[in-house]
Amino acid sequence: MRDRIRKLIAERKVVAVDVDTLSDTSDLYEAGLSSFASIQFMLALEDEFDIEFPERMLTRKTFASIEAIDRSIAELIGEQV
Amino acid sequence: MAVPSPTIEILRPPAERMRSVAEIAARHSGDVDREGRFPQEAVDALKAERLMSVMVPKRFGGEGLSLLETAELCTILGQACGSTAMIYAMHQIKASSLVSHGGSSPWHAGFMRDLVDEQYLLASATTEGGIGGDLRNSICAVHVADGRFTLEKDATVISYGLYADAILVTCRRAPDAQSSDQSMVVVKRGDYTLDKTTGWDTLGMRGTCSEGFRLVSAGDAAQIFPQPFSEIAAQSMLSASHILWGAVWFGIAADAVARAQAYVRAAARKQPGSLPPGALRLAEVVAMLQDMKASVVAGVVRYEAAMNRPDALSSMGFAAEMNNLKITTSQRAAQIVTHAMLITGLSGYKNDTPFSVGRHLRDVTSAAIMISNDRILSNTSNLLLVSRFDTSLVN
Ligand SMILES: Cc1cc2nc3c(=O)[nH]c(=O)nc-3n(C[C@H](O)[C@H](O)[C@H](O)COP(=O)(O)OP(=O)(O)OC[C@H]3O[C@@H](n4cnc5c(N)ncnc54)[C@H](O)[C@@H]3O)c2cc1C
Repeated sequence: MRDRIRKLIAERKVVAVDVDTLSDTSDLYEAGLSSFASIQFMLALEDEFDIEFPERMLTRKTFASIEAIDRSIAELIGEQV
Repeated sequence: MAVPSPTIEILRPPAERMRSVAEIAARHSGDVDREGRFPQEAVDALKAERLMSVMVPKRFGGEGLSLLETAELCTILGQACGSTAMIYAMHQIKASSLVSHGGSSPWHAGFMRDLVDEQYLLASATTEGGIGGDLRNSICAVHVADGRFTLEKDATVISYGLYADAILVTCRRAPDAQSSDQSMVVVKRGDYTLDKTTGWDTLGMRGTCSEGFRLVSAGDAAQIFPQPFSEIAAQSMLSASHILWGAVWFGIAADAVARAQAYVRAAARKQPGSLPPGALRLAEVVAMLQDMKASVVAGVVRYEAAMNRPDALSSMGFAAEMNNLKITTSQRAAQIVTHAMLITGLSGYKNDTPFSVGRHLRDVTSAAIMISNDRILSNTSNLLLVSRFDTSLVN
């Protein structure tokens, strides 16, 4: 799943740096994730994983790192089955 | 010079003290507006009444007032002089960031104690040449070496910059940081020089003296807030700004309505037994004022429900509601004052009658451009691509 997230970050140019320089725990906001880009990125994630982020997940923390995103998506996919 | 420091117990209630200041502010409001000068008398009175530190927690020597209590103080002052009230609100917005984020940092905790002792006036430098009102991006960066920082900023608007005792400045966290990776630094008088770049000859809010400056500063690296500015912006600045600005605009609108009501009552006394023209419009404008009051109060209720929960404060739903509060109150204030002018007619349009509302009208026109409503709406429209409005009446 983390690879798919990484691929999306690269494709959508979500951050200002090369995604390969980021670790799973790197702060995406420090890497240049803007509020506008974070929402476009969320929409892309919803589309890619066929999920919908509930209101309680719409905070900065959810999208702060690849690991955090992975955890949130896993939780949502887990809820679906 | 330190303001003599009576213990909190012998201070009168804050609202009472603010009413004393409001009398002074009202006396000078015409001159402040005409001359576009800093309201020195009223700010001196605010300091003498120890109203600068009301939000500081009691453990640092302040009075620990809530945002609602502070908003009420802004509204009282807003009825007397829009510029003075906006200065007071902008100061308290900076104070709220210290209160929310400074308690765990020894330097900022010490600074809060100094704020209480010295009754500092705090200013803000977020707006930057090349960036404008886009709070969440900076071009300038703070440089840190050997425990010291240096920071230069093309700060195109710093309200009362020349009269402030300290300025809270946003910047990139480091020279190699992205534009959205920001810090906030407290620079104290003595740490900085200001070279004036632009003036402030404006339509309204003429007394805020929001001139532009080239700011050059240096100091102890501990003066940089430990938290990223993104957290400060989301968790204290956004809500404090939009609630306290709304409180000021409400105060201005309320005074315009009071003048309109006085006008209608005077007309009614002259013609007993008949409803004067304007009475119906007065009823209408009072309903608008009540609606505006409800918006501000609902904003505070929403804030208090999220308060002390960083996640809730950083949520998109919260940001969208705080944005909407600003849009609504800024638009409402302008509508209400325009309405008051219709009621008062030429007496309101003239600058020298007891019913004048010209200054009010000019002051509230700043509301829509104080961070452009279009910018805020476009930000909210982005949030609404994923966030849904909370349809419950009680959050
Ligand atoms: C009374 C007063 C006091 C102030 N005091 C201070 C202070 O103490 N410190 C400080 O730092 N700043 C201060 N400011 C400045 C304020 O914070 C804003 O920077 C300023 O109002 C300009 O914001 P803006 O977004 O309109 O301007 P800009 O960012 O320069 O934008 C200019 C115009 O472009 C349009 N626009 C820009 N972006 C968008 C967008 N995304 N979507 C749609 N339209 C857009 C809008 O029409 C906008 O009016 C003060 C302003 C006022 C009115």
